[in-house]
Amino acid sequence: MILLDRVTKVYNRTNTALDRISLHVEPREFVIIIGTSGAGKSTLLKLLTKEEKPTSGKIVVGGLDYDKLKDRDIPLVRRKIGVVFQDFKLLPNKTVFENVAFALEIVGYGNKEIQHTVPRVLDLVGLKGKEKRMPHELSGGERQRVAIARAVVRQPKILIADEPTGNLDPKHAWEVIKVLEKINRYGTTVVLTTHNQDIVNKLKRRVIAINDGRVVSDRANAEYNTKDLH
Amino acid sequence: MSDLNHRLITQGRIIKAGCQNFVRNLTLAIAAMAVMVITLTIILFSVVANATFANTIQGLNDKIDISVYLKDDVTDEERDKLIEDTKNIQNVRSVEYVSKDQALEDYKKANANNLDLLLAISQTDNPLPASLRVKPRDVNKIDEIKAFLDRGDIKALQSDETSYSGERQVAIDKITAATSFFQKAGAIGVLVFALVSMLIIFNTIRMTIFNRRDELQIMRLLGASTSYIRGPFIVETVIYGIIAALLSVSLCETIFNGASYALDESSLLVFDITFANDYFAKNFWLILTVQLAIGILIGAVSSIIATRRYLKFKTTK
Repeated sequence: MILLDRVTKVYNRTNTALDRISLHVEPREFVIIIGTSGAGKSTLLKLLTKEEKPTSGKIVVGGLDYDKLKDRDIPLVRRKIGVVFQDFKLLPNKTVFENVAFALEIVGYGNKEIQHTVPRVLDLVGLKGKEKRMPHELSGGERQRVAIARAVVRQPKILIADEPTGNLDPKHAWEVIKVLEKINRYGTTVVLTTHNQDIVNKLKRRVIAINDGRVVSDRANAEYNTKDLH
Repeated sequence: MSDLNHRLITQGRIIKAGCQNFVRNLTLAIAAMAVMVITLTIILFSVVANATFANTIQGLNDKIDISVYLKDDVTDEERDKLIEDTKNIQNVRSVEYVSKDQALEDYKKANANNLDLLLAISQTDNPLPASLRVKPRDVNKIDEIKAFLDRGDIKALQSDETSYSGERQVAIDKITAATSFFQKAGAIGVLVFALVSMLIIFNTIRMTIFNRRDELQIMRLLGASTSYIRGPFIVETVIYGIIAALLSVSLCETIFNGASYALDESSLLVFDITFANDYFAKNFWLILTVQLAIGILIGAVSSIIATRRYLKFKTTK
């Protein structure tokens, strides 16, 4: 589903964010990426969402070879991947319903399909009855669940969650993680970055540790190991 | 879903989103529209003011004529030929003949309050000469007329020096220089006002969109196409333009109407408020259409330019 082959990203001559990283993520996998701030996690995700181009190396996501894509194809790539951000990135002037519907509108869904699909996804993330709320009327956890609903409403094969619990208290953080697990059970590949030791230990999934732009460990059913990060 | 159907739905969504954004960002919209109303009003006011000054200047020009005084012994044939020849000069707009009797009548009317003068003039033969009042088309080009009137055979018919010479010539020159200056200054003024206003409006819309740049970037991250992101912003700023244009025209109408009602024709010195009000009323639909066109155009172009920088793909190697 995701293949990175000796991917390097250099921002300037002295700052190598990623150094010859190679990774392979299978379909339906739930992968957790851990690393200290500045380790290269965010750069890795930006490469996957095509916000950045690698300096060298090969990236293939969902069968699309990024080397062969042009700038005008970027919207098409992003429509295939669901992304959840730490700061939610909800559209402030749209209601909960409209935020989720927006993801469908841009790919040309009809009004009937939107009316049918959006409530189901909002139900999935536990936001039934809050369709008409504006983002500023919601708690942090609710906002993040709207962001997840928006990310999965198009049923993407891959969901990338960039520290989605970073701004949440433990209770809301767990709600968000449970939603991600549920989505993974339905068949979506999930790539999650987090700092949260508790979440990593309880999930017991594949954990990839990145330090100084390199993969320092990659273990299945793993727990958070601070030694990996230093 | 057919392609046409899909396009219609997309257009409908863009317009709906633009209208929704307008309502949901009303505070920002009011601030932007206030600036647009003021600047559009300045443009409109400068256009009407320029037309009014042009009218005042034209009024001054119309008052300039050349008086050709005829000797008493000029025959009717000679006089008619002179009138005909003068009319044939390209720069002559009209030639009016004032007979001796008419000149006396005019003189009496002009001095109706001066009884001594009236008594004195009634006791002599009519001393006033017949004359031709020649009105030029362009007061800046009276040399051609002057050359004709100074010709030997024509000069022989004249009793006095033609009245464009001497002090009156200086006055004509001064007026023509002033009118030409004011006409040019008026046109440049309107242009400058229009340009500055457009820049201010552009900057206001740029600031409005700068405030919401995150929205643009989020939509981009979600995979929305450029036109789908930009469309609602264009709709929103076009609404600003339409409302601002309507308000600025209403504001000007109220001001001109009110001022014209409250003030006399000459109470604003050279600014003839009655003319300004008439000009505004006569050209109302044209003014409204042009203002709407300016409002819509500036709104749309500004938002297209202002959104461009936030819609670029940042995929640098």
